[in-house]
Amino acid sequence: MTATLTLRNQEFEVKSGMTVRSALEKLEIPPESVIATREGELVTDDELIEDGELIKLISVISGG
Amino acid sequence: MKCKKCGGKAAINMRQHKLALCKEHYLDWIPAQTQRFIEKYKMFSPEDKILVAVSGGKDSLALWDILIQLGYQADGLYIGLGIDGGFGYSDKSLRFCQRYADRHGLNLIVVDVGKTYGSTIPQLNDKTPRGKEKPCAVCGVSKRNIMNRAARDGNYDVLVTGHNLDDEAAVLFGNTLNWLDRYLLRQGPVLEAERPGLVRKAKPLFRFYERETAAYALLRGIEYIYDECPHAVGAKSIYYKEILNQLETKRPGAKLIFYLNFLKAKDRGLFAEPVIESEALNTCTSCGQPTTSPAKCAFCRLVELPTPD
Ligand code: SF4
Ligand SMILES: [Zn+2]
Ligand SMILES: [Zn+2]
Repeated sequence: MTATLTLRNQEFEVKSGMTVRSALEKLEIPPESVIATREGELVTDDELIEDGELIKLISVISGG
Repeated sequence: MKCKKCGGKAAINMRQHKLALCKEHYLDWIPAQTQRFIEKYKMFSPEDKILVAVSGGKDSLALWDILIQLGYQADGLYIGLGIDGGFGYSDKSLRFCQRYADRHGLNLIVVDVGKTYGSTIPQLNDKTPRGKEKPCAVCGVSKRNIMNRAARDGNYDVLVTGHNLDDEAAVLFGNTLNWLDRYLLRQGPVLEAERPGLVRKAKPLFRFYERETAAYALLRGIEYIYDECPHAVGAKSIYYKEILNQLETKRPGAKLIFYLNFLKAKDRGLFAEPVIESEALNTCTSCGQPTTSPAKCAFCRLVELPTPD
């Protein structure tokens, strides 16, 4: 019962059934630094992660 | 989570405002807020001719898009830095700007540093004594000179950049850690043209979080360069942003308050204008732009440095 989160070229496996926010906390990714998307749609971080799905995280921090 | 306006499914939640919005209402909200800030901070008016500095990134393209939607006359300025980084960073970012301009029938001014001045930014940097370090200092001096020149030559009333709240708060954090009073004094959403020949500058997106400008670009379907400039890796500004985001996670609104209360404190006179220091005002003998140097400005001196063997 897992799902996949991606961020740039990293891939993380997380348990399904938890919220996006708890997954981010577990992975130590600051929620402020990413936007979560599901099939190209933006989702808020209270969404529950479904079994087998892919959540693409888009990094929003730019530097320079 | 539900949209506060229509009860539909929210696309974004802004904790610091206790506001969640759906795509449609978010795409209305951002331009409306921008207009509010343009007026509140007296940035420019509908008659003004605006030049938007675009890099191909999310913030500057989002800014251009918002201004056009709001009915402003805004042209784009792209500066080709000649940075490759193994993936053609500069060429790629130009393509995103050009594509956006073409799609919307907008005017994009392109200044290629290499073609115009004979050396790209990395080449200019190689000519300096500290040439082995990152080219960011050289890049900053060059961009400022070129932006001001393009705005002045094109008779624009104001030059706008896509700086967001995270950018501004990170700079403020750095300036405060080092108590750089002169920089603190000058930091703000509007930089008046203090000297003849200098163009007025404004940052209409300065109250939006970086996350919000990214969400806007994504929801509007604006294609932007996702890769960073290769020299941004390890930049202090990114480190400061990370620290501020840690504060923000625990205390929503922390970075916004940090910046807005700084502006208020400044308005109340926390940082006094230095009494004696009004630097002599000269005109660069080469490019004709204002400078504190007695002859040529820093950028022109840079361009004219001999090329190393
Ligand atoms: S990271 Fe440095 S070199 Fe790259 S665009 Fe920014 S200032 Fe210029
Ligand atoms: Zn709505
Ligand atoms: Zn000059």
